[in-house]
Amino acid sequence: MSHQPVTAQAFEEAAEAPVVGQASRRTKVEGSAFKWLLIGCIGLSFALLATLLIDVAADGVSRLSLDFITKYGSTVADNAGVRAALLGTLWLMAVCAAFIIPVGVATAIYLEEYADETRWYNRAIEVNIQNLAAVPSIVYGILGLAFLVRGPFGMGSIILAGGLTLGLLVLPVVIIAGREAIRAVPPSIREGSMALGATQWQTIWRQVLPAAIPGISTGVILSLSRAIGETAPLIMVGAATFVAFDPALQSAFTALPIMIFDWISRPSNAVNDYASLAAGAIIVLMVLLLGMNAIAIWLRNRFEQKW
Amino acid sequence: MTDPHRQQEDDRSPERSVPRGPAETSLDVGSATLEGKRSRPAKAREPIFELSGVEVAYSGKVAVRDIGFDVAMKEITALIGPSGCGKSTLLRCLNRMNDLVPGATVAGTINYHGQDLYGSTVDPVEVRKRIGMVFQKPNPFPKSIYDNIAFGPRVLGMKGDMDEIVERALRRGALWDEVKDRLKTNAFGMSGGQQQRLCIARTLATDPDVILMDEPCSALDPISTGKIEDLMLELRERYSIVIVTHNMQQAARVSDMTAFFTVQLEEDGHRTGRMVEFDETQTIFTNPNDERTEAYVTGKVG
Repeated sequence: MSHQPVTAQAFEEAAEAPVVGQASRRTKVEGSAFKWLLIGCIGLSFALLATLLIDVAADGVSRLSLDFITKYGSTVADNAGVRAALLGTLWLMAVCAAFIIPVGVATAIYLEEYADETRWYNRAIEVNIQNLAAVPSIVYGILGLAFLVRGPFGMGSIILAGGLTLGLLVLPVVIIAGREAIRAVPPSIREGSMALGATQWQTIWRQVLPAAIPGISTGVILSLSRAIGETAPLIMVGAATFVAFDPALQSAFTALPIMIFDWISRPSNAVNDYASLAAGAIIVLMVLLLGMNAIAIWLRNRFEQKW
Repeated sequence: MTDPHRQQEDDRSPERSVPRGPAETSLDVGSATLEGKRSRPAKAREPIFELSGVEVAYSGKVAVRDIGFDVAMKEITALIGPSGCGKSTLLRCLNRMNDLVPGATVAGTINYHGQDLYGSTVDPVEVRKRIGMVFQKPNPFPKSIYDNIAFGPRVLGMKGDMDEIVERALRRGALWDEVKDRLKTNAFGMSGGQQQRLCIARTLATDPDVILMDEPCSALDPISTGKIEDLMLELRERYSIVIVTHNMQQAARVSDMTAFFTVQLEEDGHRTGRMVEFDETQTIFTNPNDERTEAYVTGKVG
């Protein structure tokens, strides 16, 4: 309220003005400018992604056929397929999942439910898991090479070594996602269970874990979809580029990203169009990856618990 | 009912009745109570809990001290008092739920059927099997109504037909008629009042000796509250109940005995909870000994 004397003119103006005044012109401009800036940022990332996808699709779609999926590699581009690479990738994912699910979930349970955070070693574990999530993938490749392929385990360049290396790479992400899912289960559920005479283990196994499974599986799938595209660690552990047999746990292997890398780096010409082979393999990889992400989204929406 | 303690009931000598204090005469007024809702013959009371000199601290900071009273079998004992007076803290000691809080320590003695609840050989899990608890906010498990009830009997390895156990618990929890056609649906689809009665029924399913209730109606509307109070009066026939409540009318309506707690400013500046008075509920509300009790129950403070 103004304490200035009210002149007749001012009174009329006040009577005409609406109760809620309009925003100043400047505020309006600022507001919409900011909105358009944000839209622009989103648009840019979408445009880049779309260009990439369209370009790859245009190059590779001609290669897509049942033959492309079922045939082994070949130096004759028109005879080449991704069978060995696709099977190799699926094997790697299976090994990786078999490793990260039990180890990651167990670690997450320990850190959330048992670890006494006042102990220095528990805090050290926690900080280091976060650090490990940021370590470049090539470093994990060197680790895999030194410890799994050679060194103490001496497995050689086999699928098991490749899958475990990818597992080590994404393990920190699985642990972090698992901890978040476990932490999202409200303490009142644990209290309710303990108050009925359940032990801590029964409470975790029968109440906390089932309630956390949607979150944990989402984390696992998203980790696998990161692992599926990793190339550098696989090169380090000695993935082959040409495999003309169906790989098994203890065999040499190749994988889709390796195959793509190999095809891309070959000179293409009219006779052997490796570039379109690479684009076709990228489409296969993208389908796998988007499929996994779709499952993760579906899981999250279907089973997410609202507390 | 295979509870060994309950079978001993008749063998126990009635010599340790609840200390009554100077208001003993109030018994002669008859058992007609404030609301006329209860009528219980005066009988020798057997203590189920005997507390003396209880002091609870969190990481060395004392939350409540000098607590001493007895909880009698098959009675409803109410703990009332202003916020921060330590009544919930004390309640959580009675089934050793406070063990789950890092840094919580309990001094003094809490005897349960004459046995030291905090004795070195006592397993807290065993304690909680016998002493159930209902929380302030309904906390059903994210499972079906059936599985919510069956969880306790399953982890305890109770023998018998699970369908029967579930039905009996739901009937005792006054919920059976409302949910019998949707036992397999998720418990989160129930109303708040139903959820709380489910939590009570879940506790009953394991056939406990005592039920501790921590402000069980504070998140509920008056109608649901009324249902739960009726249920408590029914349950008193079989179980001993200790209830913490902010609602003084509730304490007056349902309880037999009432302990009044208050917050006291200590010399070192800390606030700790103390017990002011423990007596028959009727006495606490009509003729309290301590002026702090009177001020609180008449609404002059708090």
